Amino acid sequence: MAVGKPEVLKWLEVLQQVYAENRQWLTELDSAIGDADHGINMDRGFTAVKAELAAHPPSEIRSVFQSVATALIRHVGGAAGPLYGTFFLRAAAACPRKTEIEAADVVALFQAGIKGIEQRGKAVGGDKTMLDALLPALDAMRKGLENGCSLAAILDAGAVAAHAGMLATVAMQAHKGRASYMGARSIGHQDPGATSSYLLLKAAADTWRS
Amino acid sequence: MKKLINHPQNVPAEFLAGLALAHADILKVCLDPVYVVRVDAPVPGKTGIVSGGGSGHEPMHVGYVGKGMLDAACPGQVFTSPTPDQIEAATRAVNGGAGVLHIVKNYTGDIMNFEMAAELCQERGIEVRAVVINDDVAVEDSLYTAGRRGVGVTVFAEKLCGAAAQRGYDLARVEALCRKVNGNGRSMGMALTSCTVPAAGKPTFELGEDEMEMGIGIHGEPGRERMPLLPAAELTARMAATILADLPFRGGDEVIAMVNGMGGTPLMELYLVYGELERILRGLRIRVARRLVGNYITSLEMAGCSITLLKADDEMRALWDDPVLTPGLQWGI
Ligand SMILES: Nc1ncnc2c1ncn2[C@@H]1O[C@H](COP(=O)(O)OP(=O)(O)OP(=O)(O)O)[C@@H](O)[C@H]1O
Ligand SMILES: [Mg+2]
Repeated sequence: MAVGKPEVLKWLEVLQQVYAENRQWLTELDSAIGDADHGINMDRGFTAVKAELAAHPPSEIRSVFQSVATALIRHVGGAAGPLYGTFFLRAAAACPRKTEIEAADVVALFQAGIKGIEQRGKAVGGDKTMLDALLPALDAMRKGLENGCSLAAILDAGAVAAHAGMLATVAMQAHKGRASYMGARSIGHQDPGATSSYLLLKAAADTWRS
Repeated sequence: MKKLINHPQNVPAEFLAGLALAHADILKVCLDPVYVVRVDAPVPGKTGIVSGGGSGHEPMHVGYVGKGMLDAACPGQVFTSPTPDQIEAATRAVNGGAGVLHIVKNYTGDIMNFEMAAELCQERGIEVRAVVINDDVAVEDSLYTAGRRGVGVTVFAEKLCGAAAQRGYDLARVEALCRKVNGNGRSMGMALTSCTVPAAGKPTFELGEDEMEMGIGIHGEPGRERMPLLPAAELTARMAATILADLPFRGGDEVIAMVNGMGGTPLMELYLVYGELERILRGLRIRVARRLVGNYITSLEMAGCSITLLKADDEMRALWDDPVLTPGLQWGI
């Protein structure tokens, strides 16, 4: 299966619902080791994305990602705004000017976006951040692609790895972001950003499967 | 949640509308993107001073906009850093041709948003320097944390850099001053209660009747340790000892001191703590040259206080006494 602009827009529509539904949960996770705003930030961001896409319908897939980036950078703030904003900026830059993108393009797009998050936040795997969901997911997706799996199987593998990565943050001590101020007391809590990143991949796997 | 609000989502916009009406002689509020700016900005030839951060810490930062302090402040959502477009617009609005200093508190979100804004400003040919304030001794400064948080010293940096820019310091000199202030100032805070972010609707953490949280920041995040509540004399001594040992401050030093309320503690208690603090400092032959006692960098309705000490030299003392006219700080005018 290939992904066209309607599928990309569908993914973003689903993300807006997912973050609205999980606003409370993400905020609760953030109140344990942060400042109780992550769910609120993500919900505000993707609501702004929805409004932006409705007000200025983009003509191609790459401009969809650009609009998403701009909306997130302008409306989220916090750590998540620049990080997810950079993710979509880099994804837009990596997106080929085609009406439909293939599995290899999708993986390349995630890879560019995740690299952008690494550069902007200067975190590495194990720091208890969103990267602990995203990096294992990227690994799994690349393996799937090398093995010639279908896009649906690749995204499923990504979501499963992100889920495991998200759960693995519970045992980690935070070395980056606000949670690092708590030192060892950050251990035992799931990272809110890793959770929102898992939801991002899960939504892609769920919407781009048929 | 019991607050004087209409709708949790509208709190930032609605409080700014009130601020603009209350202080129309000093500042104005620009919308889309949101920033608060001195009425007479840009001041030609003057180094611009811009800061910003989450809302909920008032009077910081929006209450420090005005003559002799900030040219503009960018308020984010409650406890959430402002966005790059706000910071870029504010920087452009105050640039009088001499460049602009960004005073940034050390939080991951603030750092990244100010960095993205500085990149945008530089693309437009505006010279921007950023100084990161990281004075909170409660956080271990190591490779394994995001580093020390920016807290009380931010108020001092904004006052002193604002005065310096008003005197005509160029960007490089204001930047150097800001680094000197940050390098010589230390803070620590404690909480008696948590606080409630309006959009979250319930307290960020729970504290028992006989407990306190030592080493908190300004976002309702938990602190360094939870412990039984101590008498004011003892907790002041503990906070002072941690601050004094860190720089370290020595006998013969002169300091500018602040006993700051977190938002929900009466002035009566803040003066009581100040009394304890000055007594301790006198015992160590550290002279308090200037002081602030009150709510200057708050955490919504949190009860508790923070102590900030800045080792001051003649330059800082003189700049401190310069006139300032902002909603949150005014003298000499
Ligand atoms: N340096 C970083 N690199 C990657 N991810 C990070 C980094 N710092 C924080 N994060 C992620 O961001 C999440 C928190 O996002 P959130 O929206 O709550 O921002 P915040 O830290 O509260 O920002 P602010 O301090 O401005 O309020 C964390 O759970 C973590 O996954
Ligand atoms: Mg947060």
